[in-house]
Amino acid sequence: MSATFEPITGRYMHLDLFGRPHRIYVEEAGEGTPLLCLHTAGSDGRQYRGLMNDARVTSKHRVIAFDMPWHGKSSPPAGWHDEEYQLTSVQYTTMVLEISAALGLDRPILIGCSIGGRIALHLALEHPESFRAIIGLQAGAHVDPYYDLNFLHRSDVHGGEVCGAIVSGLVGPDAPDKERWETLWHYMQGGPGVFKGDLYFYKLDGDIRGRVAQIDTRRCPLFLLSGEYDYSCTPEETLAVANSIPGCEVIIMMGLGHFPMSEDPQAFLAHLLPVLEKIGAK
Amino acid sequence: MIETLQQRVNADAGLVRRGRYLTTTFLLEVGRTSWLISIFEGRIVQVASGPFVMPSSSFALRASEEDWQKFWSRRPPPGSNDLMALIKRRALKAEGNLQVFMSHLRYFKEALAKLRAEGAAA
Repeated sequence: MSATFEPITGRYMHLDLFGRPHRIYVEEAGEGTPLLCLHTAGSDGRQYRGLMNDARVTSKHRVIAFDMPWHGKSSPPAGWHDEEYQLTSVQYTTMVLEISAALGLDRPILIGCSIGGRIALHLALEHPESFRAIIGLQAGAHVDPYYDLNFLHRSDVHGGEVCGAIVSGLVGPDAPDKERWETLWHYMQGGPGVFKGDLYFYKLDGDIRGRVAQIDTRRCPLFLLSGEYDYSCTPEETLAVANSIPGCEVIIMMGLGHFPMSEDPQAFLAHLLPVLEKIGAK
Repeated sequence: MIETLQQRVNADAGLVRRGRYLTTTFLLEVGRTSWLISIFEGRIVQVASGPFVMPSSSFALRASEEDWQKFWSRRPPPGSNDLMALIKRRALKAEGNLQVFMSHLRYFKEALAKLRAEGAAA
């Protein structure tokens, strides 16, 4: 049997972030309007493999996903072994803008899921001029902690096992087994304390409830797409955000869960392609 | 129905293998009915029904009968499809030494999903 290759290429970018050198893994596929993709907490850019392998997307878009520092094939910065990783809104905002600039992207479309969906709201509010459109997946303004986050990082609980198991029910019921377990595998591969450190942003530092209604969609169009089976960011929470922002478009994706682009790429693309077309026509 | 848990779990070799370092007894409450479920190295060795005078367990999982019935339905609705979804809605209370529960979270999710109507996904 002959080997086949996907059209995705990966490179390592060296970039100073927050005053420290970082080695960041960046993948991309396609040509056209840049589409910058942000992965969920405790996972990595592989979540966007479905988009990068679909010619309907890559024929018109340069699809780019980077692994955040500490995630996937991006290293933590030197000195990490004596630190506790905690992601903040300021760091996350800086990271997205600096990486986009370093790649020379001209007002990309931004798409982010979960923590990526949350920072998408922050960026829509604070940096609308930097993006031609923003797509928030599973984006809510705030999530209260609903379990003891310390279980995600303690030596008497296997980190990979518990991170996979914590999120397993967030995958929708119709996801193909192959994609469901690929999605969970990414969680099982996370470094110790990384998922927990991301959730510091998601559940504590990144609360944007008080400011989300100030987003001006005339400066940057905003689309919110959420899966029906997500109990972390529920459809009700996404609808509440959408209803508070004039001009925001919202789609509830029936049958899907918290990781639409990764758990069921084909079902997700049926929702995403019309949104991309709408953005392209603007 | 709860009594069938022993046979359903023990018949799944992969589930038993993943629980091979798990030996414990936990309390399951379905409304007012309580059960003590004893596990030895991943195999369920006893499912005892209450009421109990002095039940001893490492942890307890407590929810109303209605919430468990939704969780055990063939296609549970959003919010009832997973133990963590029930916990998020405050419909399921997990109490006690939760290190046992969290260190084997996949095991407990899949074991309790075995009580779903036949043909349902775990």
